[in-house]
Amino acid sequence: MFQARIHGRGGQGVVSAAEMLSVAAFLEGRHSQAFPSFGSERMGAPVMAFCRIDDKEIRLREPVMKPDALIIQDPTLLHQVNLFQGLSERGCVVVNSSRDLSELGLGDFRREHPGGNVVIVPATELALQYVGRPLPNAALLGGFSALSGLIKLESIEAAIRKKFPPKVAEANINAARAAAQAVTQSGAAPC
Amino acid sequence: MLKQTEGSQAVAEAVALCRPEVICAYPITPQTHIVEKLGQLVKNAELEHCEFVNVESEFAALSVAIGASATGARAYTATASQGLLFMAEAVYNASGLGLPIVMTIGNRAIGAPINIWNDQQDSMSMRDAGWIQLYAETNQEAVDLHIQAFRLAEELSVPVMVCMDGFILTHAYERVDVPGQVDVDRFVPPFAPRQILDPQQPVTIGAMVGPEAFTEVRYLAHYRQMQALWMIPELAEEFEEQFGRASGGLIHPYRTEGARTLVVSLGSVNGTIKDVVDEMRDEEVAIGSVSICSFRPFPMKALKLALQDCRRVVVIEKSLAVGIGGIVSTDVRMALAGLDIPVYTVVAGLGGRAITRASLQEVFDKAAKNALQRLTFLDLKHDVIHREIERLESTRLSGPIAENILRELGVVADHIG
Repeated sequence: MFQARIHGRGGQGVVSAAEMLSVAAFLEGRHSQAFPSFGSERMGAPVMAFCRIDDKEIRLREPVMKPDALIIQDPTLLHQVNLFQGLSERGCVVVNSSRDLSELGLGDFRREHPGGNVVIVPATELALQYVGRPLPNAALLGGFSALSGLIKLESIEAAIRKKFPPKVAEANINAARAAAQAVTQSGAAPC
Repeated sequence: MLKQTEGSQAVAEAVALCRPEVICAYPITPQTHIVEKLGQLVKNAELEHCEFVNVESEFAALSVAIGASATGARAYTATASQGLLFMAEAVYNASGLGLPIVMTIGNRAIGAPINIWNDQQDSMSMRDAGWIQLYAETNQEAVDLHIQAFRLAEELSVPVMVCMDGFILTHAYERVDVPGQVDVDRFVPPFAPRQILDPQQPVTIGAMVGPEAFTEVRYLAHYRQMQALWMIPELAEEFEEQFGRASGGLIHPYRTEGARTLVVSLGSVNGTIKDVVDEMRDEEVAIGSVSICSFRPFPMKALKLALQDCRRVVVIEKSLAVGIGGIVSTDVRMALAGLDIPVYTVVAGLGGRAITRASLQEVFDKAAKNALQRLTFLDLKHDVIHREIERLESTRLSGPIAENILRELGVVADHIG
């Protein structure tokens, strides 16, 4: 079973990201389960959501304690919440930022997670460019698709189409594609 | 149609497929998405011949459902937590009058302290109100139970609560097969009421009943729930024949063969329990689980049959009877009366605390070694409790307990689980 945890702030589309990831996995014929963990129901508060993907029925209802992947929608959470709790050594991480790893205080990540990987995706900038609003979730899913190789980009695109009205969907898909391309071009080794 | 969807959306679609004629609801987390979706379906005319009534409170929501049901309309509402408490008087009235209303409970804790997260204290508080109570383990079962609930309610003229864990199910996206209209129409025939308020043929419903007949009316309420004990498995069987999957019934036994320890629970936590059972079976531990789908009526005989060969029973329950301990486990003990099988109560998941595999396995291991206390609070923070008790004992004006403990714990939501 593959388990992902998505961290962000209320209003950033964290829950929608988990939902879209689960829909993408479903469209590939897999079992998947997405659910939120509401800390406080207000804009700006730390929020996380979970997504499990498996080839058989998923019965487990606990939060994702030992994620295989993290998607971090807001890098300011790095110093507020223990985001890396339970992350496996082979974990893969997608961070929304335009800074580099050492600026984010993640300079040691690769040493601490020898089998894993981390990529930085300027998802907010991409969202502003393509969608016109600072909602980074679709771009991050595109980046995640490219880094993990777990879910095809086409499936992410199909999930985005199911979630949004056509115009908004196409804009988000363009952001996701741009993010996926950036990750692929960065030469990041797939997790 | 098989789809990846949110529990609330799927349940709303299932309710709509049952062709309710009156839906009245007042929004309360975590049930809100269900009635929002139903409101949409009515507005878009996807659900026809149905009136969606906006009301000013939960008390009004169920009161409108009672009025609608008494005129022979198929009536539905949904609520949770404080909302259920606010409608408590109407809850008893609906069952006392024998009106087959179906109500979804998006299970949530009851305050104070105010808490929006999941446990089952709300529906447990209404366990003796005369409604049938069915608990869903998955979103698929929540969908299927609603379809069975309308049929069951109307055949017996008894209201039915379908309870689904708030957030854990209501807000979870998973695959759900939402049946087609033709199939649901076949399973849920048009409502044939036993009593109708009709100006053409005037009757009264809701007579004042004195000591000469009150016991008899109450007895018949009990009698109809006892009928549900055979009707629930029959409907589940018929449902399986028609829809090709097992859903509902009185109880769900899992790997009970040869089990020395059996774990009893209600609702979605049984999924996690089954995973732990599999892991422990792999380590040659003789353990299994039984989840209770029908809590009211309580399946005394079925449960006794399922549990009687084990050495011990561990009840995982998401509610607390303050001053005694378990609610579910008290009933389980009654089912096992006369048998020498200890029943351990584990209060877990209160106010949304995560119930993890690790914590469950620890408790089950302890039980297997006969080292478990009769009443355990899963993952209780003993240090926090001890410090607060010290404060209570050392200072008269010790302040509000909830605020004291929050202050002690520091930042909220800075960790996972």
